[in-house]
Amino acid sequence: MQINLTVNGTDVTREIEPRVLLVHFIRDDLRLTGTHWGCDTSNCGTCVVLMDGQPVKSCTVLAAMADGHAITTVEGLANGATLDPVQQGFMEEHGLQCGFCTPGMMLTARALLDHNPHPEPLEIREAISGQICRCTGYATIVRSIQWAAEHSISAADTAEEEVRA
Amino acid sequence: MQIPAPFDYVRASSVDNALALLDRHGAESRVVAGGHSLLPMMKLRLARPDWLIDINDLYELDYLLVDGPVLRIGAMARHTTLLESDDIKRLFPIITDAERVIADPIVRNRGTIGGSLCQADPAEDLSTVCHVLEAVAVVRGPAGERMLSMADFHRGPYETAVAQNELLIEVRMPIRASSGSAYEKVERRVGDWAVAAAGASVTLGSDGTISHVAVGLTAVGLDRTVTEVEAVLVGQAPTEALFVEAGRLASLACDPLADQRGPIDYKRHLADELTRRVLRAACRRAAASVSEITI
Amino acid sequence: MTILEDRPTNPAAGGHDRPIGHGRMQRKEDPRFVRGKGHYVDDIVLPGMLHGAILRAPVAHARLVSIDTTEALAHPKVLAVITGADLQALGLAWAPTLSMDVQAVLVTDKVRFQGQEVAFVVAEDRYAARDALELIQVEYDVLPPVVDARKAMDPGAPVIRDDLAGRTDNHIFDWEAGDKAETDAVFASADVVVSQEIVYPRVHPAPMETCGAVADFDPIDGRLTLYETTQAPHAHRTLFAMVSGIPEHKIRVVSPDIGGGFGNKVGIYPGYILAVVGSIVTGKPVKWVEDRSENLMSTSFARDYIMQGEIAATKDGKILALRTNVLADHGAFNATAQPTKYPAGFFHIFTGSYDLAAAHCTVTGVYTNKAPGGVAYACSFRVTEAVYLVERMVDILARKLDMDPAELRLKNFIKPEQFPYANKTGWEYDSGDYEPTMRLSMKMAGYDELRREQKEKRARGELMGIGISFFTETVGAGPRKDMDILGLGMADGAELRIHPTGKAVVRISVQSQGQGHETTFAQIVAEEIGIPPEDIDVVHGDTDQTPFGLGTYGSRSTPVSGAAVALVARKVREKARFIAAAMLETRPEDLEWEKGRWFVKGDPSVGKTIAEIAMGAHGTVALPEGIEGNLDAEVTYDPPNLTFPFGAYICVVDVDPGTGHVKVRRFIAVDDCGTRINPMIIEGQIHGGLTDGVGMALMEFIEFDAEGNCLGGSFMDYLIPTAMEVPDWETGFTVTPSPHHPIGAKGIGESATVGSPPAVVNAVVDALAPFGVVHMDMPCTPARVWEAMQGRTRPPV
Repeated sequence: MQINLTVNGTDVTREIEPRVLLVHFIRDDLRLTGTHWGCDTSNCGTCVVLMDGQPVKSCTVLAAMADGHAITTVEGLANGATLDPVQQGFMEEHGLQCGFCTPGMMLTARALLDHNPHPEPLEIREAISGQICRCTGYATIVRSIQWAAEHSISAADTAEEEVRA
Repeated sequence: MQIPAPFDYVRASSVDNALALLDRHGAESRVVAGGHSLLPMMKLRLARPDWLIDINDLYELDYLLVDGPVLRIGAMARHTTLLESDDIKRLFPIITDAERVIADPIVRNRGTIGGSLCQADPAEDLSTVCHVLEAVAVVRGPAGERMLSMADFHRGPYETAVAQNELLIEVRMPIRASSGSAYEKVERRVGDWAVAAAGASVTLGSDGTISHVAVGLTAVGLDRTVTEVEAVLVGQAPTEALFVEAGRLASLACDPLADQRGPIDYKRHLADELTRRVLRAACRRAAASVSEITI
Repeated sequence: MTILEDRPTNPAAGGHDRPIGHGRMQRKEDPRFVRGKGHYVDDIVLPGMLHGAILRAPVAHARLVSIDTTEALAHPKVLAVITGADLQALGLAWAPTLSMDVQAVLVTDKVRFQGQEVAFVVAEDRYAARDALELIQVEYDVLPPVVDARKAMDPGAPVIRDDLAGRTDNHIFDWEAGDKAETDAVFASADVVVSQEIVYPRVHPAPMETCGAVADFDPIDGRLTLYETTQAPHAHRTLFAMVSGIPEHKIRVVSPDIGGGFGNKVGIYPGYILAVVGSIVTGKPVKWVEDRSENLMSTSFARDYIMQGEIAATKDGKILALRTNVLADHGAFNATAQPTKYPAGFFHIFTGSYDLAAAHCTVTGVYTNKAPGGVAYACSFRVTEAVYLVERMVDILARKLDMDPAELRLKNFIKPEQFPYANKTGWEYDSGDYEPTMRLSMKMAGYDELRREQKEKRARGELMGIGISFFTETVGAGPRKDMDILGLGMADGAELRIHPTGKAVVRISVQSQGQGHETTFAQIVAEEIGIPPEDIDVVHGDTDQTPFGLGTYGSRSTPVSGAAVALVARKVREKARFIAAAMLETRPEDLEWEKGRWFVKGDPSVGKTIAEIAMGAHGTVALPEGIEGNLDAEVTYDPPNLTFPFGAYICVVDVDPGTGHVKVRRFIAVDDCGTRINPMIIEGQIHGGLTDGVGMALMEFIEFDAEGNCLGGSFMDYLIPTAMEVPDWETGFTVTPSPHHPIGAKGIGESATVGSPPAVVNAVVDALAPFGVVHMDMPCTPARVWEAMQGRTRPPV
């Protein structure tokens, strides 16, 4: 079957088998290998991508189900050479070690900050509670996302400033 | 990675179209919504449908509205929508309590109330919630719509009254004034299925006594509300002694199995403990709701 | 590169705590990871690459009656189906394990654990390979399994390893350390003796990336390139040469970015060998990557020690002796990774941080119908089990004596003046100063205040627990006179080249799985040579590009390779002195070193920087006699001893009395890993290990039913902590350098995994004290905690 979707802002059309998992479509068909997989059962969140701006576990979404939708992977986080504050935050605060869960964590962080620009630590922990990191013990991931929040100019902040002005 | 066996895929464009597709493809077709129960089963090849009918485009079923004396929830309403709804928080905090502990935030972005109820996993939280709230399931098929009480809808573990060529389209919850409700779950870890859970809904009469109550249990082998509790509580003013008695009755009514999550007596104990807790919380919330109205 | 200011240092360390090589700095590997440009095994695609999948046994113990591969071979996309019989014909059906045993690559005679490898399909894509598995028909004759290690040696127990000539039972080894007679004598005259069975259940490292390989055998020149999830590429190359008959110089093992190891990627698994066989058979590259269930059910588990502990003391709390008998469940093949002389690893460090009059341990290893492997998961060579035993026993003794557990520990520590300290089982602890570390942790925790709070809460029926653990590890294996794996000495190499422009490349034999080697090792060179870390490239993980060495596990990278890197840098520095002398027309002994430069004694304005010297070395400077025209060096470092990191951990838990649910409220970790390199990386290593510890203590468990079915075969049942189960870690440090390590570093990789489980369990048991609970085994799940409250503590196996 044929699917048409947007991946990191680019329109993509591909012929696929209906059973192809979104994670395999992204990795094998599009060769965007920044999205990983870790468990098969949608427990680990290593495969998280954004679908229409919302984090989803791409091991449990069929590529066919993404037809007509917009997907963002880790490769789409940076704006050219300019890193997303979330990416910078993870480097500043040591939010990664082996780097395997990192793309999924960063995408969830991006979606969280889009929705809630100044999350409390507990809100951050809740947001990433469907994702497992075996290396960091999470505290530095929380700090990384806080760093990103402090260094982001979000739409909400801009609006607030405009109101103040 | 685990990979499903081959199947054909079609996306339904409307409820009628979905019903036509179910009819056309017959017994070996399955409906997929969030997919977080079905796809893992397919990857393990424990489920092998020939056709997958994707109903994610049925935005017509993704709604939540207060319609006079009932809350109507479309079958495609996502868990996240339910969790974030202020109407639900106000009218049915039991749903908010339950949604907070269903799977994880990312799964909740995809999972739907319809999918949860139709999967009918014995450890599934919303089935209990719907039992407690005396929800009505609206099921549509070639012959039109049927309204089913949860007792009729839920036939047992992994089994519902929804026929192969039918679709659950809506869940209706009757709104009761002066009511409160609560849900509490014990899990081994965030995101795990329940070791056991309990939900309760309480309505207080003008004299402060309990005029209506329902208690439900999850993952302990009881596919109905704990009717024994209702008989004891109705007409009484809420007291700790009554909650203790209700807990005792709940622990007797359930029929849990021993597994990795715990032995039978522990689960019976949880039925007792959690029943007491949710009754306390439900009564507290009901009392608050009464005082709000009074003010 | 941003060089960040170091975090505040700890005055208690007395000025020894200046981190080296620029201290806290961002990791050099991060820019690729945050862009999704890491390069892991499953990311590798080679031209014409095929995909392999393994058919696994559904039962734990069964005779193989027949395999029919006809239908699978008829699948249009299948190129090969390999069975045990095929491998037998090639002499490849059995492979040596890291413990001098053999393991079946594919079943030829008998299935010995659920999930064992039965057949290997090679197909055009991974979907077809998976589909073809269902087309293989296998007939099994099911046999009774041995699941409970306690019954493995029963008369009449099924003999699992009937493949080994003359085998009549399931016994693997008996091993002991310490003086039994001396220990028994001390016990006989002690005021107080307490005993406890302590079970450390089977857990799994479960790195987020499962194991996999891409094998590319070139039939023309007979060269094998093997991309593998391995923590030890050089050791793997040697073993592949031994097993396959492919000459070692024709094998290149590449370990690219690795998505976590934790010991899981030390062993050589049948899947790696099968990928190689598949490539040889088809003439094309073959990729094999296991799924999560395969990872949990068939690759290296950890622990599975049933320990009978006894501790003897005077009535006023002087600990006199420890003894233990251990039953070790090694699964169906003895495939543990540990030095040859030590079948129970370094378990004999179980004397801990205390000055004892005597100690003795015995360990008996047995086969069971469970997955093989062992000691993986921050592998630690059984230090984890040892520390758990002693730290639980000390707590049990404290309860018996009605002493505060902190006070009991403080009373019994080895004193600073006793180092180097020879313990009673043969170790020489290199350095230690335990009391300040313990005191710092208590200060950070507000220990006395916590005890007051606990007292108040107990009076109200609330369950709060405070758990302490003080651990001493032995890491950095090890001196080659004592330590080898399959005859390979546990040394590590390093090569350093300074390019003409003063930039450098250092090649190391250890392999990062997330520990930040590309940063840490550059920092060590930076400290020794005086050029910035960003000017130093660290090459690792490719046997064609790096010197021989045994790899990363057992916290050995910094103690062994870190020493090699420091020494190779010093060698280059010394060579630079001769070249600088030639350039300055003076004598080498008249030069003095300051970071980055040699200058003339008494005239600092006259000198040469490393960059100038490098250009001179490669240029036209007239070189002194015996000095070659480069600025390169290499070393192979044979550590004179192991290193002994230590730390004090305090865990605070709240237990819900109605449900048994445990919440870790606070966790204070004070570590002493000797000289510190990058405090940010050290803190990260500690945080990760603490989370592992909370996981093992509260939820992680590979359980089996009576038929030997694995009940922890997916992440639905093998539970790993999320961000919600762990607190915001509170870390502190002291610095007691290792006297024998060139920069005084001791290693940090496993400290927290080793030290934290007893702290958590001690806290849970402390919380349950009002119920008379003296001990409970892990995992402290809500159900098991509740059972303990009912007086029904039971071992998990």
